[in-house]
Amino acid sequence: MDTGDTAWVLTSSALVLLMTPGLALFYGGMVRGKNVLAMLMKNFVAMGIVTVTWVMVGYSLAFGPSIGDAGILGDLSYFGLDGVSSDSTEIHGGTVPDLLVMVFQMMFAIITPALIAGAVAERMKFSAWVIFIAVWSIVCYAPMAHWVWAGGFVGGDLGAVDFAGGLVVHINAGVAALALVLALGPRLGWRREAIRPHALPLTVLGAGILWFGWFGFNAGSALAANGLAANAFVTTQIAAGVAAATWAIMEAVRHGKPTTLGFASGAVAGLVAITPAAGFVGPIGAIVIGIAAGVVCYLALQVKFALNFDDSLDVVAVHLVGGIIGALLVGVFADASINGVDGLLYGEPAQLARQAASIGIAIGYSFVVSYALAMVLKTTIGLRVSEAEERGGLDLALHDEQSYAFVE
Amino acid sequence: MKLIIAYINPFKLDEIRDALSEAGVTGLSAGNIQGFGRQAGHTETYRGAEYEVTFVPKVRVEVLVDDSLAPAVISTIEETARTGSIGDGKIAVVPVEEVVRIRTGERGRDAL
Repeated sequence: MDTGDTAWVLTSSALVLLMTPGLALFYGGMVRGKNVLAMLMKNFVAMGIVTVTWVMVGYSLAFGPSIGDAGILGDLSYFGLDGVSSDSTEIHGGTVPDLLVMVFQMMFAIITPALIAGAVAERMKFSAWVIFIAVWSIVCYAPMAHWVWAGGFVGGDLGAVDFAGGLVVHINAGVAALALVLALGPRLGWRREAIRPHALPLTVLGAGILWFGWFGFNAGSALAANGLAANAFVTTQIAAGVAAATWAIMEAVRHGKPTTLGFASGAVAGLVAITPAAGFVGPIGAIVIGIAAGVVCYLALQVKFALNFDDSLDVVAVHLVGGIIGALLVGVFADASINGVDGLLYGEPAQLARQAASIGIAIGYSFVVSYALAMVLKTTIGLRVSEAEERGGLDLALHDEQSYAFVE
Repeated sequence: MKLIIAYINPFKLDEIRDALSEAGVTGLSAGNIQGFGRQAGHTETYRGAEYEVTFVPKVRVEVLVDDSLAPAVISTIEETARTGSIGDGKIAVVPVEEVVRIRTGERGRDAL
């Protein structure tokens, strides 16, 4: 065990946890004032629910010994964290305690379902949401983490790479968001009424907290305080800054003015896109990934209007599209001198093919499981609040509270 | 007694408050409102989606005055609020039947 590495991963775990409240503010500012608490709560509640599912079975399914050595799912050896060592063992093969890897990974398992919340904003029932993320964290997140990060068939046999969660976190959440939106239907008045953000300063603060926490997410994924962590830290900063500026330039060109919401959105898109690549590419790769995220995610905003699905806060455009950009481009810009894997530009075109295959697998699995789960909930307890509750606002309907009361 | 209601540009509020004090007004109420008139709204853009916002933010000022002071108050607001552009606002004058000062129970002109 290395104390320096352990100190950094402890710190990173706390940084990643902070991203979920940051995400809550990022989303909360974008909804109408009558729905802001319900939005914050859909994010916050993941910190309770997924903590429990991860401790009981999620960690074991993801990082337990692979059943039959098939690389599909871990067994239940670590049920309830049974036998997870507070020392570093050969299980994770690193220099930090197994228990610390468990909790670092828990923070990822928490924020991933929280990312989905932006798509279902302003209409989904709290009860259905709670059941959805509890089950989803077990049947969708944990298996994919096993495939990609625990020697499963995607990371092992196929040889695709995902440094900090392009597949497992962002594509996974983005696809689940799409599946839920298709099951839910659009908000009342979507495309007919002006449904505008109510407090963009909250959104900008949230984006700042996400950006800050993302250093734990990406540089922490080195699981050591070393040069690889520094590489991931630097590429993360570059991609975020470049994508934010690129998005704002796109807006200035197409609408005449850059917007605060656009700059904040661009930063998040850049952070998403660099996530799978942060520990495999250098500064030039990060710049290209940042530009690609700023341009493509911005253009992808129009997809929901073209195909008519109400992805309320653009989880598909930012996380699914951003995740695909990063997961593909790591197959182009990966440089073996950084972390042992070459991409197309370094003479290994097969890596790009591996990345493309891994994206297809992640999209296919996540969509089928998420849509099935959504439809089961829809036909049993129902996914949506009543029309009257939706008109009156989810804060009162779901939580008996208001954010901005009339009297003092 | 008169209730003078003025719909004005928000940035004129402080100037009007000072001018009315000078004209002898001892109190007023103001609130943020939204409305439309001849002034067009504006366009807002959020993540590439444009929204036409047809309501314009204004401030509504209400002043309760004695009949003798009303002409001075009206002309003070009129002159102070005017920029000459569309959106300068309107002034309405309403006769008032009764005024009560809640603390003391005074009625009518004594309550002003």
